[in-house]
Amino acid sequence: MILLWLIVIPLLGGLAAWLLDRKKSEATRWISLAALSVDAILLILFWPAAPSPFATSHGAWLIELNTSWIPQLGISLHLAVDGLSLTLIALTLFLGIVSVLCSWTEIRERVGFFHLNLLWILSGILGVFMALDLFLFYFFWELMLVPMYFLINIWGHENRVYASYKFFIFTQAGGLLMLLSIIGLYFIHGRETGVYTFDYALLLGTALSSKAAFWIMLGFLIAFIVKLPVVPFHPWLPDAHTEAPTAGSVVLAGLLLKTGAYGLLRFVLPLFPAAAASIGPVMLVLAVIGIIYGAVLAFAQTDLKRLVAYTSVSHMGFVLLGVFAMTAPSLSGAVMQMVAHGISTGALFIIVGMLQERMHTRNMDRMGGLWSSAPRLAGAGLVFALASLGLPGFGNFVAEFLVLVGSFPAHRIITAAAATGLVLAAIYSLWIVQRAFHGAAKGGTTLRDLTARETGMMAILIIAILWLGLYPHSVIKTTEPALKSISSFLSPQVEAGSGGGK
Amino acid sequence: MNSADITSLSPFIILTVTSVIVMVAIAFHRSHTLTVALTLAGLALAAVSIPCASAVAPRQITSLFLIDRYALYYIGLILTASFAVSALSYSYLETQIGHHEEFSLLLLLATLGCIVLPAASHFATFFLGIEILSVSLYAMTAYLRHSNKSIEAGVKYLILAAVSSSFILFGMALIYAKTGSMEFREVALRVPGGAVHGLAFLTGTGMILVGLGFKLALVPFHLWTPDVYEGAPAPVTAFIATASKGAVFALVLRYFGMIDIHAYPSLLLIITAVAIASMFAGNLLALLQTNMKRILAYSSISHLGYLLVTVLATGEAAATAAAFYLTAYFITTLGAFGVVTALSRRDGDAESMREYEGLAWRRPWLAGVFTAMLFSLAGIPLTAGFVGKFYVVAAGAGSALWLAVIVLAINSVIGLFYYLRIVAALYTRSNEEAAPAGISCLDSAVLAGLTILLLAFGTYPGPLIDIIKNAMPF
Repeated sequence: MILLWLIVIPLLGGLAAWLLDRKKSEATRWISLAALSVDAILLILFWPAAPSPFATSHGAWLIELNTSWIPQLGISLHLAVDGLSLTLIALTLFLGIVSVLCSWTEIRERVGFFHLNLLWILSGILGVFMALDLFLFYFFWELMLVPMYFLINIWGHENRVYASYKFFIFTQAGGLLMLLSIIGLYFIHGRETGVYTFDYALLLGTALSSKAAFWIMLGFLIAFIVKLPVVPFHPWLPDAHTEAPTAGSVVLAGLLLKTGAYGLLRFVLPLFPAAAASIGPVMLVLAVIGIIYGAVLAFAQTDLKRLVAYTSVSHMGFVLLGVFAMTAPSLSGAVMQMVAHGISTGALFIIVGMLQERMHTRNMDRMGGLWSSAPRLAGAGLVFALASLGLPGFGNFVAEFLVLVGSFPAHRIITAAAATGLVLAAIYSLWIVQRAFHGAAKGGTTLRDLTARETGMMAILIIAILWLGLYPHSVIKTTEPALKSISSFLSPQVEAGSGGGK
Repeated sequence: MNSADITSLSPFIILTVTSVIVMVAIAFHRSHTLTVALTLAGLALAAVSIPCASAVAPRQITSLFLIDRYALYYIGLILTASFAVSALSYSYLETQIGHHEEFSLLLLLATLGCIVLPAASHFATFFLGIEILSVSLYAMTAYLRHSNKSIEAGVKYLILAAVSSSFILFGMALIYAKTGSMEFREVALRVPGGAVHGLAFLTGTGMILVGLGFKLALVPFHLWTPDVYEGAPAPVTAFIATASKGAVFALVLRYFGMIDIHAYPSLLLIITAVAIASMFAGNLLALLQTNMKRILAYSSISHLGYLLVTVLATGEAAATAAAFYLTAYFITTLGAFGVVTALSRRDGDAESMREYEGLAWRRPWLAGVFTAMLFSLAGIPLTAGFVGKFYVVAAGAGSALWLAVIVLAINSVIGLFYYLRIVAALYTRSNEEAAPAGISCLDSAVLAGLTILLLAFGTYPGPLIDIIKNAMPF
C-alpha cells in the first residue's frame, strides 16, 4: 500500500493546493511542500524496513502491490520497486521538493493551479518508476505529459505556446508507438499462452520471433529515446527547457528525461534482449553523436538556459552509451549519470532561474561580473559548472568514468569518441563561468545575492552532488541487484556480442 | 402479444405516451418549465424501465423488433443522451425568442426514432426509425426561426437526409428483390455469400452503406456536417452528434454483423477506405477551422472513422470496443457541446475561438470540464476517451488490422494539434474581461454529471465493461 500512497499523496496535495488558492495563496506552497515531505518521510521510513536493498538477492522486488484494476482486459494495479526504482523515486522526491522551493518567489500568478500541475507531474513520474503493468505504465507515462504541457504553456517564457506544443506532440507521438507495441506484445503473449495480460512479470518470458521482437522493441525504443532524448529526436528539448518556468525545467531535465532511460533499462533490455543487442551498435553511434552534437551546440548558445538544455543532450548521450554497452560497470554508470545529471543540471537551471528573476534576461552577453556583486550565487554556479564538466569529486565524474570504463573493452573507437565529449564539456562549462560570472559587470547594477531560502536550497544540492561524487557506493550498491537482474536477461547476448572477449 | 412482450417494449411505449402527454399539455397550458419537466420525467421513466425489459430479454416481437440486451444497452445510452440534451436545451432556449415548448416534443420524437434503430430486425423498422429521426431533426435544426444560419442548416439537412433515405430505400429494394425477405435474419440466411446473388446484393448493401454513411457523416458523405453543426442550435448539434449517430451505428453493427460482412472482401475494402479517409479528412480539415462548432464537427468525423475500425474487427472484443467507445464518445461530445451551450447567448452560439480565450481564469470549473472533454477526445489518460481508444486499438490489433490501427495512431497525433490549440486558448493569460452571467444550475448539474462519468469510466472502467460484455450477443 505504501507505494500507492506515495503516488496518491501528491495527487491529493495538488488538489488541496488548488482549492485553497482562492483563500490563501501562500498556503498552497506550504501544502505542496508538506505533501512532498510526507512522501519523502514515508520513503525514508520504508527504507530501513525493506529487506535491506544492500543485500537483496537479485530479481526480487523490495515491496510489491498487485491488485486487479480492469480484470476484463488483464490489467492490474501492479506496483513494485527494486533498488533502481527506489533510487529514482528518492531523486524524484528530492527534486520535487527543490522545485517547489525554487518557485517560491518566481511563480506569482495562479499559484494553486501551478502546484496542482507540478504535483501531478511528480505523481505521474513516481508511477512510471513503480508500474509493473504495461498498461499502467503507459497510463502514468501519459499522465505526466498533460500537467507538464500546462506548466510550460501557462507559466513559461516568451515562446511558451510553441514550445509546449512541440513537447506534447513529440512525446505523445512516441507514446502512441509504444502503445501499439504494448498491444502487439499483449496479443502475441495471449495467443501463445492463452493468458491475456499486461503484467510485466508474465510478459517477460514471451517467446517472440526475431522479426516481431524487433518491431515491438522499436516502438518502445522510440518512445524512450524521444524522451531521453537521442539526437534525431531531440528538437523538442531545447525549446521546452528554455521556455519552461524554472521548476518545469528542473523537473524536465532532472526527472522526465530519466523516465526514458528508466524505460530502456526496465523494459527494452529485459523484454527484448536479442533485438536490443541487434540495434545496440546503432544506438552507440547515436549516443556518441548526441554527446558531441549536444556539446558543440551548447557552445554556440548565448541564451544561458538554452546552453544548459543542450548540455543535457550531451549528458544523456552518456546514459544511452552506458545502457547499450550492456556491461555491469556501464549500466551502473548510466544510473549514476541519471542521478548526478538530475541534480547538477537541475541546480544549473535553478541558478539560471535566479539570474533571470534578478536580471530579467538569460542572455549571457548581458551578464558578467556577477562574482563581485553576488558571490554566493556565482560560487554555486561555479560548483555546478565544474560538476557538469565532470570534475573528480562530483557525481558526474564517477558516472561518466564508469560508463567509459564499461564500454571501452568492447567498443574502443566509440568510447574514445565519447571521451572527447568530456573535453567539450570542460570548454562549455568554463565558458559559462567565464562569461556569466567573471569579467567586468555589465549594466552597472549590483545584484541581490542569494536569500536564506536560496542558500539553503543550493547547499542541499551541493551536498547531494558531493555525496554522489565522494560516496558513489551508496547508489551503486542500491541499484546493483536490480541491474544484475536486468543483465541476467542479457547475458547470452552480451557474451555472443563481445565475441567471448571475457 | 403477451405481457412479457409489453414489458420488453416498455421504453417505446413510455416514450410514445410521454410525447402524447407533452403535446396535450402544450395545448392546454404553455409552460416551458412544465414541458421540460414532463419530458425529463418521461425519458427518465423510459430509462428506468430498461432493467425490467432486460429481465425478459431477448424477445423477438413480430418480425419487426428484436429486443435483446444489445438493443437495450444502446437504448439506455440514447435515452441518457436525450435526457442531457433536454436539460441543456432548457436554459439555452430560455434566452431565445419565440415558443420553446414544441422543441421538447420534437426531441421526444427524435429519440423515439433513435431507439427504434438498435432494436430493428426488419427493413421496415429500420426505415421508419430513420425517418422519424430525420423528420424531427429537420425541424429541430431549423428551430431558431429568426436565425438564417439555423434555417439554412435545416434545409441542408433536409435535402441530404432525403437523398440518403432514398439511397437506403433503393438498397433495400435491391436486396429484397434478390432475397425475397426484409427480415435481417432471413436476408442473412438467404445470402450465403456466393457469387450467384453477388452483384445485386452487393449493390444493395453498398447503397445502404452510402445512406448510412450520410447519417454517420463518414467521408465522402460528410459535406453537410460542418454546416449543419454550425447552423443548428448547440443542443441540437449535441443530439445529432451523439444520439442520432449512435443509434445508426448500433444498427450498422447489428445489420452488418448479421449478414456477416467479413464474407465480402470488397465491402471490407470499401469500409477500410472510408474509415481511413474519415480519420484523415476529419483531422486535417479540423486543423484549418477557427469556429468551435466546426472543429467539433470535423473531430466527430474522425471519431466515426476510428469507430469503423470496430466494424472491420471481428469477435467479442470488437463489439465491446464499439459499445465502450460510443459510450465514451457520447459523454465527451455531450460535455463539449454542453459547454458550448452553456456559454451561448441570444445573439448567437459561442462559436468563435475568441470567446474561449482565457476562459480558465474567468470560469475555472467550466474550463476544467471543457479541458477534460477535449483531452478525452484526444485520448489522454484519466478520461473515458483514453480507455475507449485503447479498446479500439486493441480490437483492431487483435484482428490484425495493422494498417487501420497505425493510421489511427497517426491521426491521434494530428488530432492533438487542434485539441491542444483549444486548450491553449482556454488558458491564455490575456483576455480577462469581467465574468459574464453565470450558468444555470441545470447546465451545471449535467456538466458535472458528465465529467464525473468521464473520469469514472476513465479510471475504473471495469463495471462498465462488465455491463457491456453482458449485453453483447456472444
